[in-house]
Amino acid sequence: MIRIKCPYCGERDHSEFTYGGDASIQYPSLDGTEKEWVEAIFFRKNIFGKQLETWHHANGCRMWLEVERSTKTHEIYSVKPCHPEMKKVLEKKDSNDL
Amino acid sequence: MTRFNAWNVFKNGLIQQTGWDRQWRDPELKKEYDVIIIGGGLHGLATAYYLVKNHNIQNIAVLEKGWIGGGNAGRNTTIIRSNYMMPGNHQFYEHSLKLWENLSHELNYNVMFSQRAHISLFHSPAARDAAARRYNIMSLHGTDAELWNLEKLKKNIPHLNYNDARFPIMGAAVQRRAGNARHDSVAWGYARAADQLGVDILQNCEVRGVKRNNGRIEHLETSRGLIKAKKIGFAVAGNTSRLWEMAELGNLPIETHKLQAFVTESIKPLLDQVVVYGVGGAHFYISQTDKGSMVFGGDLDWYKSYAQRGNLPIVQDSAEAAMAILPCLGRIRLIRHWAGVMDMTMDGSFFICKTPIENLYLNAGWNYGGFKASPASGWYFADLIATEQPHKYIQHHNLERFEKGINLDERGAGPDPKLHG
Repeated sequence: MIRIKCPYCGERDHSEFTYGGDASIQYPSLDGTEKEWVEAIFFRKNIFGKQLETWHHANGCRMWLEVERSTKTHEIYSVKPCHPEMKKVLEKKDSNDL
Repeated sequence: MTRFNAWNVFKNGLIQQTGWDRQWRDPELKKEYDVIIIGGGLHGLATAYYLVKNHNIQNIAVLEKGWIGGGNAGRNTTIIRSNYMMPGNHQFYEHSLKLWENLSHELNYNVMFSQRAHISLFHSPAARDAAARRYNIMSLHGTDAELWNLEKLKKNIPHLNYNDARFPIMGAAVQRRAGNARHDSVAWGYARAADQLGVDILQNCEVRGVKRNNGRIEHLETSRGLIKAKKIGFAVAGNTSRLWEMAELGNLPIETHKLQAFVTESIKPLLDQVVVYGVGGAHFYISQTDKGSMVFGGDLDWYKSYAQRGNLPIVQDSAEAAMAILPCLGRIRLIRHWAGVMDMTMDGSFFICKTPIENLYLNAGWNYGGFKASPASGWYFADLIATEQPHKYIQHHNLERFEKGINLDERGAGPDPKLHG
């Protein structure tokens, strides 16, 4: 079992999460060339080693996370929220008189 | 090479089995070959075999980083079928099935091919319609295809869960000529037959570098030394992207994922067919080996991985699926589970094609379905390497199909490799 340290919920089994995909993809502009789009959609890097990817904490806080993981060993190097500003909003709400 | 036949079996029974030769040689590597196939799996070995058999090309080597039968050849659930409907795919897999039907004779090696029928259950009217469409297309192409109603299914497999399944079984799409074979025998059979035709099978020979010069591959750096070749074929599904990068060719429309499979303790004959179950997120296939073990598998582990090591959530998923259709398996014990790495492609179909490098040919992207494809894969890959012309059945199984919009997407799942189960 891979254990992912969710910045919101703490360390959890990866069965609570859904794998999103490669987080490092840069899409071309909408008026980009056909070649650029073919490259971005079909010809992606198939990384052997450290990869940046997204996971969704579907059975937890439902936040999207950006995870650095090895595709070779499954070791996780870092986890951070995809939308850090969301955390600020949530923390602010918590500290208020909700 | 001692042939396998009744007389030799009888004779060796009298002389304590001392009359058999080794199955294939362990040759020293030569400096140069006409054709080198990288990857000593089923596809690589079959390619080497058909290069000699069909095209009379001599001086061939197959490079294997581990040992024969140690990679995905030994990490599958041995299911063979040809229920494909896309043009090209259909003819290809049907040809493969026909090659399987004669493979034991062809190789003089019992691959234990058993045409026990492939029973794909459906659980909703929509799934029945989809199956009817697919199996009608197969029928029109001359492949055997049947739709069974519940009554017929119950008669053939009485012990599926017809009582209280969450998704009630409504019937099944059936291919009777489909079935299983023994995976090790296929690897050993092709290795032995290829070796007999003069192919050098070089085990423990890992490719560590691909040296290019003027649009050609000049030589390969391997763990056993430098080798040159006039033509080189990649047949290393699972690790194709790594070799592709070594050849400085950039990216491929492939993601590497791992797929698990499971085997239980042996029990008395229980299941005489391959049974497949798929509803929504669940995906499950099961059969019983000749030793009595139940062999089954499910979905991918879902996240990209090169580790030949499975993870627990899929163990649970597969066990739940097993209980959903065969509750009688509830007390059976698992004895092994394993994972193989798959080339999952952007449309779920394979590649047998030329590459931007003149003397390099690609065989890759077998998704879940590499085992059944092995004979035809070798056949058409050998054909491509020998004739330089892609056969019409595989004319679109190339890297250009994505930009041309000729996606061969059997499931219609779109460009997300993990969805092409």
